Amino acid sequence: MNFDDTPQEGAFRAEAKAWIAANAPKQYEEELRKASLGRFQLKGANILEVAKAWQKKKADAGWACLHWPKEYGGRGSSPIERVIWQQEEGPFGRLSSMFIIGHGMCGPTMMAFAGEEQKRSYLPPLASGEKIWCQLFSEPAGGSDVAGLRTRAEKHGDEWVINGQKIWTSGAHYSDYGILLTRTDPDVPKHKGLTMFFLDMKSPGVEVRPIKQASGASDFNEVYFTDVRIPDSQRLGTVNDGWNVSLTTLMNERMSIGAGVSTGFPELFDFCNSLMLEDGPAIENRAVRSKLANWAVKASGLKYTSMRAISALSKGERPGPENSIGKLVAGSMIQDVAAYALDLQGAAGALSGIEDAEVAGKFQAMLLRAPGTRVEGGTDEIMRNIIAERVLGLPGDIRVDKDVPFNKIPTKGRN
Amino acid sequence: MNFDFSDEQKQMRDEARKFLSEQCPPKAVREVLDGKAPYDKALWKGLAEMGFLGVAIPEQFGGAGAGHLELCVIAEEMGRALAPVPFSSTVYLAAEAILIAGSDAQKQKWLPKIASGDAIGTLALFEGHGNPSPKAVKVTANGGVLNGVKKPVADGAIADFAVVAARTGSSGRESDFSLFIVDLKAGGVEVKSLTNIDLTRGQAEITFKDAKAEPLGTTGEGWSVITQVLDRAAVLMAFEQVGGADRALEMGRDYALDRIAFGRPIGSFQAVKHMLADMYVSATLARSNCYYGAWALSTNAGELPEAAAAARISATQAFQHCAKNNIQVHGGMGFTWEFDCHMYYRRANAVALGLGSLSYWEDALIDRMRKKNAA
Ligand SMILES: Cc1cc2nc3c(=O)[nH]c(=O)nc-3n(C[C@H](O)[C@H](O)[C@H](O)COP(=O)(O)OP(=O)(O)OC[C@H]3O[C@@H](n4cnc5c(N)ncnc54)[C@H](O)[C@@H]3O)c2cc1C
Repeated sequence: MNFDDTPQEGAFRAEAKAWIAANAPKQYEEELRKASLGRFQLKGANILEVAKAWQKKKADAGWACLHWPKEYGGRGSSPIERVIWQQEEGPFGRLSSMFIIGHGMCGPTMMAFAGEEQKRSYLPPLASGEKIWCQLFSEPAGGSDVAGLRTRAEKHGDEWVINGQKIWTSGAHYSDYGILLTRTDPDVPKHKGLTMFFLDMKSPGVEVRPIKQASGASDFNEVYFTDVRIPDSQRLGTVNDGWNVSLTTLMNERMSIGAGVSTGFPELFDFCNSLMLEDGPAIENRAVRSKLANWAVKASGLKYTSMRAISALSKGERPGPENSIGKLVAGSMIQDVAAYALDLQGAAGALSGIEDAEVAGKFQAMLLRAPGTRVEGGTDEIMRNIIAERVLGLPGDIRVDKDVPFNKIPTKGRN
Repeated sequence: MNFDFSDEQKQMRDEARKFLSEQCPPKAVREVLDGKAPYDKALWKGLAEMGFLGVAIPEQFGGAGAGHLELCVIAEEMGRALAPVPFSSTVYLAAEAILIAGSDAQKQKWLPKIASGDAIGTLALFEGHGNPSPKAVKVTANGGVLNGVKKPVADGAIADFAVVAARTGSSGRESDFSLFIVDLKAGGVEVKSLTNIDLTRGQAEITFKDAKAEPLGTTGEGWSVITQVLDRAAVLMAFEQVGGADRALEMGRDYALDRIAFGRPIGSFQAVKHMLADMYVSATLARSNCYYGAWALSTNAGELPEAAAAARISATQAFQHCAKNNIQVHGGMGFTWEFDCHMYYRRANAVALGLGSLSYWEDALIDRMRKKNAA
């Protein structure tokens, strides 16, 4: 058991460190360091532009999407090298948040199901951040139950015609491409009539409408499809096998979301270290210390759980459903941490302006964004189901719609 | 980086698991639970023969000299099996105290006896309620003899010797405390058995009346040794706790698969599934914290104090959480004497206290994190 770099890892680290020192946009380092869930701004700069520029620079020098094969814009790195890069990239890694869906979910799905020529033309600009991708899965009637989606794809000659609506699509308003799950056969049970495509978001008939979120921000959208035409060559996997294709995406989603979720703990610890309560520094208060200790061991437990997973990956083991643990634990933890940080501030905790609130309203922003973390990429309940069924081997939920043709499934709970 | 045990260490774990499943089935644990014996003597002897008692004791002192990572994997199995033997008192506390502070002669005298199973040892630290603190120690050492009462002392009634913390000065500062080795079978020592919530492990009250004591380590440095011993024991005990948590989870999972209610396995009810998923989560977080603790312990890293506290807190929570919900999953059966659930519940709650309570370790963790941050 050790944390030491092997000579090759050491050499890789040194190279990464030197390149980052010479090339990172250091003028934003401080702001990026202070960024937290729900609050991420750069003074006088467009985040998207800064992020794209940094990603392009990385790609040109061979530091983008490290674990992807070289011919698709990556570097062919090992899982450990990825971690070393993340450690060295530090706060600048936060600029990658716009690319997470493309890099973590769409890219791997394209890699597994697109044709060779398509991979060579679409993947490198995705890796370099020149093109942004989104994931068009969820619908008003198909969130946790993705396979309940209704967006139709009908074959007309060599093309498919799409009609329907997606919702909660992160980044659709600045995306160039998307992967899209549709229903191609409503007469068979729901999982058996789905087909996956990728499409140009500028295609005629695609309309993106930003949704204002509970937090006040607008990161996700509704996307409407009216007679949108997609060539059959942009189908991923075989017709009606879209469920299996989407499982590839979702497994990768869990890996990429689970690995990087923040817990809010380092921020809370720093805050308690500096905050003065009526009877002295917060950090010296027994009750505060007890709370902090409980969160500290969750945060460290997650950190070392992911290190164990990486060690297993580097020995050739495959990422498994146990990766669901990261998002499950961190999601509710960051919500509790944020609420506690506000509680410590008393009445002033209710203020949320950057100028008016303690530590620039970091915890207030975190509190308002946290509910989304517990929903996106699979709710807490779905994560628990996955752990119970696929890790512990407990029976699946009773599925009343399993053998029923999709168009016979009831659509409302109460009539 | 390789954040895992080696293949040899895993092999040792398998060996220990196999040995314990044969030599320490629940039936054997129940002999002690039911008061038929104070501990499982045959198992103790067997553990010595397997070389498990001296696994982290250097060869020159009669041990196997394997190291602390190896001791961690064995500790996990001891906890899993609820082994009713004085392993933690003797191996994590007494032996580690002697390894840290003992003279060569003391190591020569005690360690081979520990490794061979011929001497049971313990640490006599507590004096009534409260957590480890120099302020709570009233037992005095004067002119080579001890006076005062220690309580509770884990395995005190079966131990041959104890490492005792005593006052050697009067100011009450840490530098007024020193450690001693006391032969519990000699004169001036009275031992009374006490009832413990964990009936598979004994506790005692020990009264010293001019009991002869041999200094262990430098006078005035006892408290710093105690802290080191507690940190090491915290990591080792945490592995026992994780072993117990995992076993409780496994019992709950197995029962959920077998028991039918409303025409289906109870494990198909989401409330039960989610309870088990949460048990898995807490056991997994604890295991990961323990691995970090194991690394820090085996390399004697500067991070040990912080890592030990984190492992201790996380494993205490996980074992308590899994043990109580294991009973819940079992329903009424879980609350019978006949089912083994209560043995894990008892152990989980008793072992949570033996090195100082959760709040003590929470306090310690934050202290240590602060010091590191300030440095
Ligand atoms: C910030 C954010 C970003 C998102 N980005 C995207 C994106 O880019 N692309 C995309 O396709 N989607 C995206 N989503 C959608 C997201 O994947 C869904 O919201 C999520 O899967 C939950 O589905 P739902 O909202 O329909 O809730 P529902 O499925 O209606 O769930 C409602 C409640 O019922 C519970 N529930 C449902 N099924 C079960 C079950 N089987 N067992 C127990 N409880 C159950 C849920 O846990 C939840 O508490 C995003 C969501 C958010 C909040």
